[in-house]
Amino acid sequence: MKISQPLYKNALSLLILALGLGLIWLSRAPTGLAQQQAAVQTGFSAPNFSLETLTGQTIELQSLRGQVVLVNLWASWCPPCRAEMPAFQRAYSDYRDQGFAILAVNSTVQDDLAAAQQFVTEHTLTFPILLDREGTVTSLYQVRALPLSVFIGRDGKIREIIPGGPMDEALLRARIEKLLTEMP
Amino acid sequence: MLPILQIGPLALQAPGLAILFSLWLGLTAAEKFAPRRGIHPETLANLVLVALFSGLVGARLAFAAQNSAAYLASPLSLLSPNASALDAFSGIAAALIIGIIYAQRKNLPLWPTLDALTPLFATLAIGIALANAASGAAYGMETDLPWGISLFEAKRHPTQLYHFGLTVLTLLWLAVKSKDSTLLPGSLFWQLVALISASILLVESLRADSPLLPGGFRALQIVAWLALALALWVLRPKSN
Repeated sequence: MKISQPLYKNALSLLILALGLGLIWLSRAPTGLAQQQAAVQTGFSAPNFSLETLTGQTIELQSLRGQVVLVNLWASWCPPCRAEMPAFQRAYSDYRDQGFAILAVNSTVQDDLAAAQQFVTEHTLTFPILLDREGTVTSLYQVRALPLSVFIGRDGKIREIIPGGPMDEALLRARIEKLLTEMP
Repeated sequence: MLPILQIGPLALQAPGLAILFSLWLGLTAAEKFAPRRGIHPETLANLVLVALFSGLVGARLAFAAQNSAAYLASPLSLLSPNASALDAFSGIAAALIIGIIYAQRKNLPLWPTLDALTPLFATLAIGIALANAASGAAYGMETDLPWGISLFEAKRHPTQLYHFGLTVLTLLWLAVKSKDSTLLPGSLFWQLVALISASILLVESLRADSPLLPGGFRALQIVAWLALALALWVLRPKSN
């Protein structure tokens, strides 16, 4: 019996759709797709680091687990870095009591420490300023341009990476508020 | 991954560049193709620009509405170039609605217009694949295959490149098919929908960051299957 062209093509379409359904079934991920490793990408644990601050303290990122953290890599010669700092200070003042922390990592390996110190003093920045003297965090977070802002949730996983700037204050506050409302 | 392109003192965001370039290239191709579908190229270009602008404005306004307190305190942020401050779904909806209204006012016929836009849609799909490759988004599951790439502390399927390859093949198929003068209006558009949906259906199964539904079903696969089913139904040959 000769199969007509339309019948053949319709049967082929049905076969394609059936195979598609099979693929959907086989590629389910019932246990989720959570990533356990640390990597600089949304959904992964933020790579840990430990650095000395301007005031001589040592702060480790992992010690802030349970808080919403903004890791911001910056340098004093970088205009967008300088432009967004006042907004960061206002947000830090408003949200720190709700469990928000900022780690402003100065890429000291490519900056002048005195200039960075002067900038912090001029703008009365009260959040921790960490000094990346060896460039380890700059390299760990694959910084190719400054500033780089990394939003980390209470579970230590990266929620968003924003390269470049300056970040506008409304976006900053929107992101912080969204993360603060997440269940710990 | 190449999120930033350093050209002298300029640090350009590669994903954004990929999208912009594909939009420009796709629109140029669509304008050249439009007369073959009886559409005036300038009208088509205006339609695209109006839809794009509406989409951007809609996306920003929707994001601001969802975060009204932040924007009331800092209204100038509405004009910020930050691409993160956009609501994608609202933007697409706004672009579609305003685009349809504009097309109706210009008396543009639906199916020939969609056919004329297929080069833009296909090129944009390629741009999205390249943008994902640049940013590392839509990354693949771990694999031992020899062509696996080292990404995020593991050897993974190069899903962005799979997607890129399939979308390039789609564009080539459409380029060949577009020379067929016997094609019914809308046929080219629905072939594009079928091919892009099929490629999403395939590539999503290898993604490690797919949005999931209850039961672990991959949301984009479901949407792609439905779109594929609709396209195949529209394209079905009718018996005499």
